[in-house]
Amino acid sequence: MAKKYDAGVKEYRDTYWTPEYVPLDSDLLACFKCTGQEGVPREEVAAAVAAESSTGTWSTVWSELLTDLDFYKGRCYRIEDVPGDKDSFYAFIAYPLDLFEEGSITNVLTSLVGNVFGFKALRHLRLEDIRFPLAFIKTCMGPPNGIQVERDRMNKYGRPLLGCTIKPKLGLSGKNYGRVVYECLRGGLDFTKDDENINSQPFQRWQNRFEFVAEAVKLAEQETGEKKGHYLNCTAATPEEMYERAEFAKELGQPIIMHDYITGGFTANTGLAKWCRKNGMLLHIHRAMHAVIDRHPKHGIHFRVLAKCLRLSGGDQLHTGTVVGKLEGDRQSTLGYIDQLRESFVPEDRSRGNFFDQDWGSMGGVFAVASGGIHVWHMPALVSIFGDDSVLQFGGGTHGHPWGSAAGAAANRVALEACVKARNAGREIEREGRDILLEAAKHSPELAIALETWKEIKFEFDTVDKLDVN
Amino acid sequence: MPFKSTVGDYQTVATLETFGFLPPFTQDEIYDQIAYIIAQGWSPLVEHVHPSNSMATYWSYWKLPFFGEKDLSVIVNELEACHRAYPDHHVRLVGYDAYTQSQGACFVVFEGR
Repeated sequence: MAKKYDAGVKEYRDTYWTPEYVPLDSDLLACFKCTGQEGVPREEVAAAVAAESSTGTWSTVWSELLTDLDFYKGRCYRIEDVPGDKDSFYAFIAYPLDLFEEGSITNVLTSLVGNVFGFKALRHLRLEDIRFPLAFIKTCMGPPNGIQVERDRMNKYGRPLLGCTIKPKLGLSGKNYGRVVYECLRGGLDFTKDDENINSQPFQRWQNRFEFVAEAVKLAEQETGEKKGHYLNCTAATPEEMYERAEFAKELGQPIIMHDYITGGFTANTGLAKWCRKNGMLLHIHRAMHAVIDRHPKHGIHFRVLAKCLRLSGGDQLHTGTVVGKLEGDRQSTLGYIDQLRESFVPEDRSRGNFFDQDWGSMGGVFAVASGGIHVWHMPALVSIFGDDSVLQFGGGTHGHPWGSAAGAAANRVALEACVKARNAGREIEREGRDILLEAAKHSPELAIALETWKEIKFEFDTVDKLDVN
Repeated sequence: MPFKSTVGDYQTVATLETFGFLPPFTQDEIYDQIAYIIAQGWSPLVEHVHPSNSMATYWSYWKLPFFGEKDLSVIVNELEACHRAYPDHHVRLVGYDAYTQSQGACFVVFEGR
């Protein structure tokens, strides 16, 4: 029966709080951590979040009656306590698939984390997790290549890949920059990386950098007999310039380019990922600006959501933090979103922060990149935490070697291979890490010096953003 | 004053990817790696190539992949047989993973000269 128009302001919960609703397999599900203003009931806050992130507005409007809003509305179907936090609660919201444009992460985020985050009835709001329905996932291309293709292209098997960022991050001329790339690659690294803020500055225009880097990569391949690559940063002011840089990297025969997906934006990233698929290019993804969004435990977006969004938007490698280095990252939580990058199915597991079962279908996997303040003593822990489908990147831990970057690279490569060999032989590498490294150093003066250089450096601060547990 | 420097000269080495930076494995160490491959449920596979062509994507198979082989000594014997047949070739052992269609392990056991 048709409804009548009744002007005025209704309580959100009358329409958007539906505890009897059973979510459909095709629904997009979200879990928000909500902290309401004092005195506002939980159901009203949760329903307001569902409304403002889907079809609702603050007032009833006549034009609602021109459609069947019950078909399109988001619904809050469950409310849960947050362990150890009396002020906040989890709201689980189901959104019908038709609310979102196929293949558009931009559209999903504009809905889910748009206006609602500024809503006055809320003190804080955090998007903890999204369950993407398989029906939506199949509309996204995902990683241009995926883990298996990248391994085949780069001829790297049975171990994590090894990389480093070129330092100093800003201020080198193109030729000097290429020299540092060459030193790292000849020393045994698989990849080197443009720093995120290297784009095309006055001291080193992008074309000049690309040319010298290409020469360094080629020379290192010839001399070592191994496949090498350098992430050429194509992040630019406009999409046109981004594609121009990508095209030139391809022209130079380079295997991999790089993009900053949050500052560059999801639309740019998805476009570049599609270009990479079409042009046989690997895509490394940096995550500058993520901590602005994901670090506060009560407000923003958890990184597991940003990681899922990247896998859908497209990238072959994504930075995930290191757990042990200089940057923030809880171990269980990191393991939780690394699974989201690499596995084809990830079950709900609150101890890892995963709120939903997530089926990735046939979508390719993304290498987890551990980078930031790590050195050779961290190697056993890194191999143990991240496993083989990862890229371990030592910046200061390569260039800071007393003999220079090539020796630093060799030290890391020896340490990595010693840890992998020991792991395969059944040793507990985290517990026996010290012995494994010291044994390996007997055959490698480069490693012995690295172990001496970094023996006192630790980064022992508690994480700010922890999983919610009692 | 006599010349004294603590800085060493790092010389580039030609290597053959994984485990290329470690000293050659002993017999026992090779057994450990084969045992690991078998324990993961991967199929052992032996490949060889002339050193002049070591960067090629495809090395020659030695026979066929040893699908489902669980006996360590069979693999050791095949590695040695391949090495005897092609003494001047690199010989590598692969742990082939049919589930990912990738190689869970891959390293050179005998270096050709």
